[in-house]
Parts: sequence; C-alpha cells; structure tokens
Amino acid sequence: MTELRQRLGREPGGTREPEEKESESENKLDGETASDSESKSEFGGSPPVPTSDDTPEVLNRALSNLSSRWKNWWVRGILTLAMITFFFIIIYLGPMVLMTIVMCVQIKCFHEIITIGYNVYHSYDLPWFRTLSWYFLLCVNYFFYGETVTDYFFTLVQREEPLRILSKYHRFISFALYLTGFCMFVLSLVKKHYRLQFYMFGWTHVTLLIVVTQSHLIIHNLFEGMIWFIVPISCVICNDIMAYMFGFFFGRTPLIKLSPKKTWEGFIGGFFATVLFGLLLSYVMSGYRCFTCPVEFNNDTNSFTVDCEPSELFQLQEYNIPLVLQSVVGWKTVRMYPFQIHSIALSTFASLIGPFGGFFASGFKRAFKIKDFANTIPGHGGIMDRFDCQYLMATFVNVYIASFIRGPNPSKLIQQFLTLRPDQQLHIFNTLKAHLVDKGMLGSLEDA
Amino acid sequence: WGGLDGALVFLGLVLSIQVKCYHEIITIGYRVYHSYDLPWFRSLSWYFLLCVNYFFYGETVADYFATFVQRREQLQFLIRYHRFISFALYLTGFCMFVLSLVKKHYRLQFYMFAWTHVTLLITVTQSHLVIQNLFEGMIWFLVPISSVICNDITAYIFGFFFGRTPLIKLSPKKTWEGFIGGFFSTVVFGFIFSYFLAQHQYFVCPVEYNSETNRFVTECEPSELFQMKKYSVPPLLQAVLGWETVNMYPFQMHSIALSTFASLIGPFGGFFASGFKRAFKIKDFADTIPGHGGIMDRFDCQYLMATFVHVYITSFIRGPNPSKLLKQLLILQPEQQLSVYKTLKSHLVEKGILQPSLRG
Repeated sequence: MTELRQRLGREPGGTREPEEKESESENKLDGETASDSESKSEFGGSPPVPTSDDTPEVLNRALSNLSSRWKNWWVRGILTLAMITFFFIIIYLGPMVLMTIVMCVQIKCFHEIITIGYNVYHSYDLPWFRTLSWYFLLCVNYFFYGETVTDYFFTLVQREEPLRILSKYHRFISFALYLTGFCMFVLSLVKKHYRLQFYMFGWTHVTLLIVVTQSHLIIHNLFEGMIWFIVPISCVICNDIMAYMFGFFFGRTPLIKLSPKKTWEGFIGGFFATVLFGLLLSYVMSGYRCFTCPVEFNNDTNSFTVDCEPSELFQLQEYNIPLVLQSVVGWKTVRMYPFQIHSIALSTFASLIGPFGGFFASGFKRAFKIKDFANTIPGHGGIMDRFDCQYLMATFVNVYIASFIRGPNPSKLIQQFLTLRPDQQLHIFNTLKAHLVDKGMLGSLEDA
Repeated sequence: WGGLDGALVFLGLVLSIQVKCYHEIITIGYRVYHSYDLPWFRSLSWYFLLCVNYFFYGETVADYFATFVQRREQLQFLIRYHRFISFALYLTGFCMFVLSLVKKHYRLQFYMFAWTHVTLLITVTQSHLVIQNLFEGMIWFLVPISSVICNDITAYIFGFFFGRTPLIKLSPKKTWEGFIGGFFSTVVFGFIFSYFLAQHQYFVCPVEYNSETNRFVTECEPSELFQMKKYSVPPLLQAVLGWETVNMYPFQMHSIALSTFASLIGPFGGFFASGFKRAFKIKDFADTIPGHGGIMDRFDCQYLMATFVHVYITSFIRGPNPSKLLKQLLILQPEQQLSVYKTLKSHLVEKGILQPSLRG
C-alpha cells in the first residue's frame, strides 16, 4: 500500500474524479467521513482513539490543529477517497490489472488472517508451518487459475504443447501437488505441538476456503463483463457509506449486539439508498461496451478485448410502470436496461445480507480479541476489514449469474465435446441437430 | 443379483457412514471445547450437513436421473435453480450462526463453526466422490476400498512377523517391513481381485437408472478396459514366469496404480488421524466397534483414496458425461446452439465421422 501513501502525499485534500458520485458527496460533508467504525466499539464506548502510528507525517502536520476526534474522521475520509480513487484507476487500466489486483488483495487477506492465527496460538516457532501455508495457497491458486485459464484461453492453450498437457491433466497435477503438502504436514507433526499444528492446519484451510474461493469467483464475474464486477463491489461500498451516514443522522435503534454502532435507521436508509445508487450506476454503465461485454482473449493480438454485440440485458427497453408508481412518478412508461432490474437484486443482497459478512468479521475480531485485522490502511485497519462485507457478495453474484443470466460456457462445452468418443459425439450432434430443426433454427435441407 | 440393487444398498451405506463419521468428529469437538451448552450450535451443525448433502445430491441426481427428472415439473424447477437454492439454504445457516453469537462464547462458537466446516470438507465431499466412483461402475468402488483394507491387514501381518524398523514416530507400531510387505501384497491382491470382478457386467458397467422399471441397472457393452487383451510379458519377467504373452484386462494395469496409492499414500490418512487423536488426547474416535474404535478409525485411510480414484477416473479414464453435456447444450441460447452446431459439424466432417454430403 505504499502507492496509496505516495498519492496521499501529493493530494492531501482528496481527489476530483469527475464520475465519482461518492467523492462529491464526501466533499460536501465538511470532513465527515463514512467508514465502518464498529471496531471502535470493542473498547466499551471509549472515545475514538486516534489511528495507529501509520498515519503519514503529512496528514499529521496538516491536521495537528484539530481535536483528535475530527482528526480521526479526516484520516478515515481521506483514506476512503484514496481507496475509491484507486478503485477507479484500476478499472480504467483494464482486466489484466484488475486480475492482478484481485490476486494481490487475496494474498494480503490470506496473510493477515494467517498472521492472526499465529498471534492467537503463539505458533511462530513452527517454521514448517509458515512454508506449508504458503504452499497450500499456491496449490489452491494453481488449481483455480488452471481451471480459469483452460476455460477462457482455450485456443491459446491448445496451441502450446506443454500447456496442453498441463491442462489435460490439470486436476491430477493439482491433486498431486496438494497431496504433497498434506504428506509434508503429516511428516512435520512434532510431538509437543500436535494440537497447535492441527489448529493451524484447520485455520489455513478455512481461510483458503473463504479468501481464495471468493477471489476466483470475483475473477469469473469479471470475465462475464466488468459491470458484474464493478456494480456489486460499488453497491457494498455504497451500502457501507450510506448506512453509516443514515445512522449518523437518524440513528436511534440498535441493530445487533455484535456491532453496537449499527442502527436500524442506518440499515434501512442504506438499503434504499443502495438500491437507488445501483439503478443509477447500472444505467450509466450499461451504455458502454467496455463494461458490458465479456472479457475475451484475442489470439491474434494476444491481449484482452472487450468488444461485442451487447446482449439483450444491455439494450434499452420500454417498461410499463405499475399503476402505484405512475401517480408518484408521473410517467406511463420508462426506458430502462433489463440489467437495472438485476441490479436491484444485487443491491438488495448487498444491503440485507452483505452486512452479515461484516458482523461475522466483527464477531471474529471480538472472539480473538483483536481490534483490526492489520494496520495496513490508516484509519481503516487491514485489507480484510475493508473486504469483510464483500465475501458473500462475490459468491452471490457468481451463483446469480450461473442461475439466472448465462447458461454454460459454449467454448467449454465444445472443449468437452472434443474429448468424447466418436459414437458419443455423433449421438450428441444428431440430438442437437434434431433440437435445432425442431425449433426452426435449422432448415431440414440446410447445410449450415 | 437383481433383488435389492447392490448400488442402492451401497448408496445407503455410504450415506450412513458419512453421517456417523460427521457425528463422531463433531462430538469430539464438543468435548474438546466443552461446548455442549451451545444448543444453537448442534442444530446448526446438522443443518449445515443437510445443506451440503442437498447440494451434492442435487448435482448427482440431476446428472444421473436426467430422464426421471424431466418428467416431473417440480423437480425441473429445483434442478434448474439448484445452485441458487443450495446457496440460499447455506446463507440462512450462515446468518443464523451470526445471529446466534453470544457475548461470552464468541471464540468457542467460531471454533465450532470452523470445526464443522473442515469436517464437512473432509467427510461429506469424500463420501460424494465415493458415490460418483460407484456410479462409474461398482468395480471402481470395490477395488479401491478393498485395496485399502487389504493394505491395513497385510501391513499388520508383515509387521507382526517381520517388523523391526519403526516407520514414523506418530504410529510407533508401524514398521518399514510391514509397509513394504503390505505394498507388494496389496498390488498382487488388487491385480487378482480385479481379474475376477472384471468378468462380470454387474461390476463393470456404469450404474444407470432405468426410468421404466424405476430401478438401477448395470448392463452394458463392457468398455475396452474390461475386455481381455494380450500383453507381451517384458523379457525380465519372462524368465521368471515362463510365459511370453499373458491375457489380461487393461483394468488390471489401472488397479496397480490404485493399489500403489492405497499402500503408499493411503497410510498418510491414517497418520493424520493418529496425529489428530494424540493432539486432542483421545484414544479412539468413538466406541462404536468393539476393539476397533469408531467408524472414523476404520475409515481414516479411505479419505484420500476416494478423492484419488475420482481424480484418476476423470483424468485418465472417462471424459465428460455425455448426457450432462447434452443437457447443457440444450440450455444454451439458440444463437449459441447454432454456432456450437456449426463448430461440431465442421469438426466431425474433418474427422471423417460425418459425411459432408449427408443432409437433413
């Protein structure tokens, strides 16, 4: 995160991204910020403590006049803006950079959680185990990236001989790698430390399950179209911010004992605000091909292309407004993208279920008596603190896409087809042909 | 052999064993953490078990009972949105867990949550892989399990008679002599056992569900794996055996791979379980079987075997499931179907499987 600090050094007052709705509303609020401050509640309502020593010198000097409470808000606000800017910049840089960033975030989150495990169990001096944790991370990533690469880079893989073999026996190779790690773990069991070692083994696996699986689902969503990456993440961020603001202004009834600072007013206000935000953001994004088209790998140019005929989801359609709303809004019909309807589902999930990921992380921090996952981001804690609500979102979007939006991946099907026996291929071909003729897509005399 | 289909019996057996293993491990967790009095959590553990099983069985049912499912409307809906429904069920459990967090017991509850998930990962995933292997053909279920059992027994016998050099500190009773002796005996056993099983269609054919008779059938044209072939005996062995060629089933070669894994890597599952028992200071997983401990004690070496066989089958034996492929093709958008059709056609013509002059 050193790049964030450099950026901070240059522009302490925040940024001026034109498209950034959040930053405009930020600037309006006189230094009040919107970030999750539930970690503060650990200390039984003591006054907000100034952030850790990581606060850069620049900020310290600039804010030295303010009281510690305002200073804290400023730091959090600036960091929020910096993170949001960073988010926009990497979107601009394209899919390859996004994938790399997702990978880095994943590794950092994994590292943070494993380090907490070491702290909890005082198991620094199991040297084998640190190596094994990283090894397992490598194995699982290898497995997932291999599956992704095979699916999306199919033609590239077929051309290169070594890649072809790696992809054909991918599962076997991944399993063999994992087994090696497993056997090493068994061989590394030391008499006095059995329990510790099993705990760390379990801890590693659960972390892998949470962090690595989610990050790969995010990448799958990304390949479906950048809009499926940007809208969910933005909705979660927006919900965080909006719930905080509504809670700040109108908050009265506590929501859940785990996070005393959350209120029902914030929750509900955040919900409506996020749905609205999702609708608007989807409207703006659906107009651009670079966001709505699936990311594809072009063999000739050896780069990613995002160019296609937009699917039905991203073509304006007339919708009749239900009579109830007609009187309110005054229109009879409205032109919308079908995707905006889906965005309502995504925003709803982000607002209603997403916070449970946050509560889970809060419970976890209380259970293990830690204030933050790490001190990476001044005022915000670690990377995990920022991403705790995103967990379930990535999985939800992936399941949503698989269930309601796209069917199976045609190139993957072709790839599977080619490995079948000839008689099976013929059988499938004839069935497909009969189906197409049935649907009238193929004339019976046509030789397509 | 018809009667109460062997496949159905095995299915029921695998499920019962899975539930019992899960129960044993979870109970150990309760004892270790003295967390009997988190009543919510017992319900949640069983609920998660149900969810994960629902997810896996749904995937299996959709694949293998395709015709059965097609006829029933309600099942169609459940199948089409299966992943979404499973995810929703799991989320409900997750939210219930978060809502059930009680102030003084946070750490305990998180431990039990993680314990449950790791146990699910180990026992439930493996049991479903066992069932997938079973559907491939009962021989893929019987030979691996028997090889592991044989290895257990022969390693013990060799260790008993010839054991001298300890193998690993974790299990002081295991010896290198037992390990190596067990390895060779298991390979020979697997080889011979496969020979006998490969002759019967009942064991060799993929298990299919016949929608007319509403029963499982195991009838088919045996694949190449289960047809006798002549192999030339390598010159080294010719001198020993005195034969120049031998009639074998190709499957027997695969059985060597399976037995090797069962003898060399399978024991690591056993060491893992021994380490686990020592770590948590328990003698056995449970007292279900007199003299042997719990079900888990008997199945600890089987863990990795099921996964290995499954990965082995998908990598080296069969390709994808044709009916599953067809089902997915039919879900595609019409334009996608057309483009796939064209690609397939050009491929088939190229390979000479389809005559280009054929129309309609």
